[in-house]
Amino acid sequence: MKRFSLICVLLFGAVLLYGSMDFPAFGDPESPASRHLSPYYIKNAIKDTAVPNLVTAVLADYRGYDTLFETAVIFTAGLACFLLLRRFRREPPEFRLYRHIDTGVTLIIEQGGKEPTDSNEFQQIDSQWVPYDLIIQKAAGLVVPFLQLFALYVIAHGHHSPGGGFQGGVIFGATLILMAISNDLRSTIRRVSEAVSSKLASTGVLIYAGIGALCLILGANFLNYSQLSKLIHVSSVMARSHGILLIEIGVGLAVAAVMVWIYYNLVSAGRHDEGL
Amino acid sequence: MPELIDILIARYNYWVVICLMMIGLYAMMAKNNLIKKIIGMSIFQTAVILFYVSIATKHDASIPIIGHGHNGHHAIHAADYMNPLPHVLMLTAIVVSVATLGVALALAVKAYQQHDTLEEDEIIEQLKTEYLSQ
Repeated sequence: MKRFSLICVLLFGAVLLYGSMDFPAFGDPESPASRHLSPYYIKNAIKDTAVPNLVTAVLADYRGYDTLFETAVIFTAGLACFLLLRRFRREPPEFRLYRHIDTGVTLIIEQGGKEPTDSNEFQQIDSQWVPYDLIIQKAAGLVVPFLQLFALYVIAHGHHSPGGGFQGGVIFGATLILMAISNDLRSTIRRVSEAVSSKLASTGVLIYAGIGALCLILGANFLNYSQLSKLIHVSSVMARSHGILLIEIGVGLAVAAVMVWIYYNLVSAGRHDEGL
Repeated sequence: MPELIDILIARYNYWVVICLMMIGLYAMMAKNNLIKKIIGMSIFQTAVILFYVSIATKHDASIPIIGHGHNGHHAIHAADYMNPLPHVLMLTAIVVSVATLGVALALAVKAYQQHDTLEEDEIIEQLKTEYLSQ
């Protein structure tokens, strides 16, 4: 099997390499990919939408319909992970571990036993617990707020610099995952619960689709933001710029929430009790 | 011979992309472990992303962000800015590939829960004995 696949791969690679001889050279400004549609975008994007970042303008305005469904794909992936892995009804574990914080003594509470409730004195720990590294915990705690601020900057400043909803959303989701890795899964779930993350994910997609439907109600095509000028009293070009910002916020919400949601389900195999 | 070398050097991006793509394809076909197959799929996706981004490049062109102070004083030339379209397509493809990677890993977790192994031949063996015993 290995030899067969090696032969297949080498043959296929040779055919592709032979085919690449007819491709335009690297960096050729006259290549077919750069000749037809992209000059229009480069010349007219700032006139049409007042957005200097051409990637954002094409992503959220000219190809907004495409991006709407990309966001829907991400939401569906989060939903698929949830439906595949999540287990609600489960047998209670044979024992739980609690640690007395001052003395470091570990209590094993067997099934049916009374569990300590005072969270200042006792702390529930994972069954494969290793003492937390103080440096990692404190360093991650210091860095997370600045990373989250940076994620919001990347979303809000996507018009003028590299950035936008997808990138900022991923950074924001990664900060929450960093919190879960450096502390434990339970404390992160207490802050951002599964219900919150799934609702934020669907809200993000709904904001995007809702802005599109709003344009439809105002009497233009779906996702034609220039009609928003009737609501926010700016010129139709600036209305397109503001419309792009609104849907970028929706995309950012959806992406960040889905990243966290997928992480919760994957890392605890759907049980949401303990994990990395 | 020098002409051939010129042709090869002018298209080195395709060589890199095709090598990466074949590494990913080989991992998907020949590896027995499901996680290694998923890693191969990721390498393949990265190769496609690299291909799209490399065809957006133009010589002596800047990133596709129009500089400030460009208030119609002089015309915007398409040759001065890279092609934004492949960047847009790949921007969404990267995030979608992360999300589909999550789904693939979820399926792998499910397979591990069912069969207690991630080796493909052992899973097929288990499925065969299950089928024959019915």
